[in-house]
Amino acid sequence: MNITELRDHLCEQHPDLCPLFSIEFGDGVLSVSCDKLYEAASGLRDLGFDRLGMATAVDRGETFEVVYRLTSRSMSVGIFLKCHVPRDAPKTNSLFPLWPAALWQEREIFDMFGIDFEGHPDMRRILLPDDWVGHPLRRDYTDDRMIRRPDYI
Amino acid sequence: MTLEVESRKETLAEDGLPVEELVVNVGPSHPSTHGVCRVIVHLDGEIVTRAEPVIGYLHRGIEKMCENRTYLQVVPLTDRLDYVGSMYANWAYCRAVERLAGIRVPERAEYLRVIVCEMQRIASHMMSLGSAAADTGAATMFIYAFDERETIVELFEDLCGARLTYNYVRPGGVSFDIPEGWTDRLLEFCRTHRVALREMDKLWFGNVIARGRMKGIGVLAADDAVAWGASGPVARGSGVNWDLRKHDPYSVYPRFDFDIPTGSAGDVYDRARVRLYECYESCRIIEQAVAQMPGGPIKAEGLQRLIAPRPGDAYDHIESARGSLGVYIVSEGGPRPHRVKFRSPAFCNLALLPLIAEGHMLSDLVVCLGSLDPVFGEVDR
Repeated sequence: MNITELRDHLCEQHPDLCPLFSIEFGDGVLSVSCDKLYEAASGLRDLGFDRLGMATAVDRGETFEVVYRLTSRSMSVGIFLKCHVPRDAPKTNSLFPLWPAALWQEREIFDMFGIDFEGHPDMRRILLPDDWVGHPLRRDYTDDRMIRRPDYI
Repeated sequence: MTLEVESRKETLAEDGLPVEELVVNVGPSHPSTHGVCRVIVHLDGEIVTRAEPVIGYLHRGIEKMCENRTYLQVVPLTDRLDYVGSMYANWAYCRAVERLAGIRVPERAEYLRVIVCEMQRIASHMMSLGSAAADTGAATMFIYAFDERETIVELFEDLCGARLTYNYVRPGGVSFDIPEGWTDRLLEFCRTHRVALREMDKLWFGNVIARGRMKGIGVLAADDAVAWGASGPVARGSGVNWDLRKHDPYSVYPRFDFDIPTGSAGDVYDRARVRLYECYESCRIIEQAVAQMPGGPIKAEGLQRLIAPRPGDAYDHIESARGSLGVYIVSEGGPRPHRVKFRSPAFCNLALLPLIAEGHMLSDLVVCLGSLDPVFGEVDR
């Protein structure tokens, strides 16, 4: 299935999600608000997206963008599911109940960005030590040992 | 799998003696953990009731370092992710950059990429099978497998000068063209490798002790493999027929005739066996690629050293020896990436360890861990 077929299929099955769908660099992107994230994700799972391939986050200044990549084996197609959480209250719903694959990947997002996932059974740091201060992949993170490369490159 | 932290429980054994749960720490530096991994094991006698991997000992913050480098300077860092299969991370990263910046790769370079990645698959699986065999006590198999790997590493050395961190695939092409006589040596290797594979098949998979150590151990159901995001030989060992080379074809893979070996039982034996059969398929792909490879340039023309793609984000993935390796790059228009995320298959596969090790003996934990084939450079990034 190609990306336009996916769009038509999605619009047919979930008319409410249809206006949120866009195509960027050849990939289908579904941008939702974070309180609708779980609902949209379970809708996509029922549509046949059976794998949670990747979960990550991006620092966008005022907000953090939480990005999930879902793939469907039956349709041979992938889709991005994105939502923005506010920087001062970084909190969203965990997708662990839908795909257990989120267990470690959401822990990593918590570790690196400090985003709290509600409904996640084991919200602890995963790569950094438990007593680490700060969340390194935030753009404003600094550390005494960090080396900044000069700008002239 | 239970996720709550259980308190130490005391039960009475059949003879009335109190049996206390024992918590054993395996690792972080232990010869059978395949890298620096620590596993907290809860034992009932010698049976594992809970195994919790603790990772992060090799975390170097590569994703953070990428924010501070130009697109070309990131390529050597990708070598350090999966140091058993550096070519894959090189290629996956370069594909994402090419997609973001709209770079077209010459056909010869695509063929060279396929050839080196299939060689890398054999080298990586030889490492995996060799060390998995050493876990079950088969030291001979370990030597045989590393002998095969050595030939490939020598070929890589002649190709790009490095034995471990190749830095070979670059955005827009590859760094060097093949030296004279190299393809003949490669085809000769493919011929002898099949003989060696048959020998290893008999030596290890035919061995009654090895079969006893592997059959029925660490069973992973196909549904669990899909839900937990497993990929590569771990998922295919459970019968999940999912390989990006076939099911989401990239590069020139649709031009080759090859099969995807899958297992059925989902145990350690099937996972190892899938890896062995994949080596045969890789030989087939290499031979076809060498025969079809066109001449021409190996780098895209007119490529600037300072790549500054337009704002946006791109994701691309390839099938590495461990599974789907994805790279997600976010650009905000500057010469440096805003965010680079490596979706590492070893990380996702390792999350399955608690699931598959539960209920087995402590000595089988090592075999289960080896069958997931984690490379901790990639797990911890």
